[in-house]
Amino acid sequence: MEVAAVTVAVIRFGGSNCDRDARRALEHLGVDAEIVWHEAGLPEDTTGVVVPGGFSYGDYLRAGAMAARSPVMEEVRAAAADGTPVLGVCNGAQIGCESGLTPGAFTTNRSARFRCERVHLRVENADTPWTAAYDDGEVIELPIAHGEGRFEIDDDRLRRLREEDRVLFRYCDADGEVTAAANPNGSTDDVAGVLGETDTVAVLMPHPERAALPDIGPTDGQGVLRAFE
Amino acid sequence: MTAYTATVTVRLKRGVLDPEAETTRRALERLGFEIEGLRSADRFEVDLEADDAAAAETRATEMAERLLANPTIHDYDVEVVEA
Repeated sequence: MEVAAVTVAVIRFGGSNCDRDARRALEHLGVDAEIVWHEAGLPEDTTGVVVPGGFSYGDYLRAGAMAARSPVMEEVRAAAADGTPVLGVCNGAQIGCESGLTPGAFTTNRSARFRCERVHLRVENADTPWTAAYDDGEVIELPIAHGEGRFEIDDDRLRRLREEDRVLFRYCDADGEVTAAANPNGSTDDVAGVLGETDTVAVLMPHPERAALPDIGPTDGQGVLRAFE
Repeated sequence: MTAYTATVTVRLKRGVLDPEAETTRRALERLGFEIEGLRSADRFEVDLEADDAAAAETRATEMAERLLANPTIHDYDVEVVEA
């Protein structure tokens, strides 16, 4: 029997709800993935980490604030520092920023409303593990489902992000034009996803795992998950 | 040791959009109130024992730094009184 070389840990907190979607999407791509209860800690053979979407700890205090300070996130930070790929999606993106894995913060949408729809994203840097399947400037379509997805960051850090080419995706229209109307949550600089200090750590508010199975719709999200292959 | 209550007030930095406060302001205006602005804040009242007020303030400040506030978007202040 062939032994899977890769085991991605999908961390489940109380209130996570995209953990099974993430595992199913990864397995569809042939990537071995396991759901790991946060109190159990990261398995020893972990070769990748997904912090999935949901409403961990009921979004108490701030979305992602509680989970970001749970012991497993210390292990995730250590793994990330060792080069293990780490992806945070939606609530996982909020957790990633709250835990300092990625810069900025995701907070209340400009409209103060929950937005659940498909959005267009422009690939801003195709030279990362998360975007290597796409071309620079390519427009992809992914679902969003969030009330706190407005990316906030101070001017100095934003400048640094741009200089270091760490913006992965920007919200855009179907033609790839970045416009205020195409920005669903008021994110600063239309940012939908960013890299951490290294290109093996990424967070994004849209859901690649919800656009990965051909049986249920478009598969534009597969490219992001291929970083774990 | 003395009993203190530390009040930590966490608010959005100036210039950071506050959609909930904006929605609340519009609702107040619909009720007929004329207002020039509205800001919201979170207030945490922490009961704790400490050697003196300065020590209580130091601990409450650390709580704000490590959890209660997010430095990317928040400012906070701490007030300590004997319980």
